[in-house]
Amino acid sequence: MTNDAIKAAVLRAIARVAPEVDLTTLDPGVNLRDQLDLDSVDFMNVVVAIHADLGIDVPEADYPKLTSLDACVAYLAAHGAG
Amino acid sequence: MPSLGADIEVGTIVEWRVRPGDRVKRGDVVAMIETEKGLVEVEIWQAGVIESIVMREGQKVPVGTVLALLRSDGAPAKAPEPVPAPVVAAKPPPPPAVASTPKIVPPTPAIAVAAAGRQRVSPVARRLAAELGVDLATVTGSGDHGAITKQDVERAAQRVAPPPPAVAPLQATVTTADRQAAMRKVIAAAMSRSKREIPHYYLGTHIDMSRATTWLAAENLKRAVPDRLLYSALLIKAVALAVREAPEMNGFWIDGGFKPGAGVHVGVAISLRQGGLVAPAIHDVDTLRLNDLMRRMLDLVQRARTGVLRSSEIADATITVTNLGGQGVETVFGIIYPPQVALVGFGKLSEQPWAAGGMIGARPVIAAALSADHRASDGHRGGRFLAAIDRRLQEPETL
Repeated sequence: MTNDAIKAAVLRAIARVAPEVDLTTLDPGVNLRDQLDLDSVDFMNVVVAIHADLGIDVPEADYPKLTSLDACVAYLAAHGAG
Repeated sequence: MPSLGADIEVGTIVEWRVRPGDRVKRGDVVAMIETEKGLVEVEIWQAGVIESIVMREGQKVPVGTVLALLRSDGAPAKAPEPVPAPVVAAKPPPPPAVASTPKIVPPTPAIAVAAAGRQRVSPVARRLAAELGVDLATVTGSGDHGAITKQDVERAAQRVAPPPPAVAPLQATVTTADRQAAMRKVIAAAMSRSKREIPHYYLGTHIDMSRATTWLAAENLKRAVPDRLLYSALLIKAVALAVREAPEMNGFWIDGGFKPGAGVHVGVAISLRQGGLVAPAIHDVDTLRLNDLMRRMLDLVQRARTGVLRSSEIADATITVTNLGGQGVETVFGIIYPPQVALVGFGKLSEQPWAAGGMIGARPVIAAALSADHRASDGHRGGRFLAAIDRRLQEPETL
């Protein structure tokens, strides 16, 4: 799977939990939770949606690695979505 | 038009999900209405057949108005003068206190919720289409199963200049800013009433969360992503179980007296990013398994974000829990949502020095604070309630 495809999946997951956000203004290098004001339930919904979409089970201990959009794509590419 | 909590008095019918002749059962969503607190799916509380629709889409109606007529099961189909039962004209009867199988809220995704055979439109897209004057019949959906998304509506709006509205433009002039102002107003009214009428007392304590977090981490290691638990689910369940030991915290102060809640329906305060706050209920939390509670939480927050909640969720909460820990807040002394009589606030879960057994160590600690109505309970009972929450959290495996 290409990085673009992974990125699209992450953006779909974010669009589900934050439908009011204009994703074109998202800064891919900035922490998602801070940038979009996601709470712990939102973040879990993102991880659940990514799991459903890409089939990748991110261990809870790795959640801190899913910071920015770029970091999410890099992590997912390195853990099975590549 | 069902009661939607103390602060909502009117609603506008956005969409009927049923037609005359349709058979409905208890819990079915029959209509969608727009309120100051967002879109609400109106559920029906009796089984039967829809006799007629009384209020049309686009009409703004006060709580208590008859929206449609229902022929109850058993009533003759063509009898000359049976008086049909009004549909959702009053607040639905509360569920029995000991219901072991609470109303199951079907986990319908909020996107593409239109009934089978009809156009699938996400609620956000439907609202936007009304705002922009886009006729949904002219829009091609690009979402799952051809559902019309917000982006589809935006594209359609750019393609064609908005046609003159043919029939009853549905709040064509209502903007997002108006909606936020309206929500601010209902929150202001509810909070002013609370501070005017409710003699609050406040109690706070710190709870050692080491057992709870250790248990949770071990549990989550065994679980796949969709089944993992958040500690906030433990907090909500602990509150619901503690209520059993302090029933005067669970219910309403109405007409000069305390009315106990029929069931423990915990309102979960959810802050909306576009501004405002909702506190929809999760029903019968005290009897829900932790897995089910977690699933309901994920679903509820997701739907609150999308802006569509169910009428029972908006009306039924018997006690509220708020959690501002994500904002780094240490303690929350909340304002009670009338006519409820108690609210439990949780702050940030953080590692702190903790003395126990003559030793000081670092432990994960959370501050819990109770705001309670002094008309309904006294500080002594409130203290016991907080102590019960603490005790429950020391036995996470029993939650």
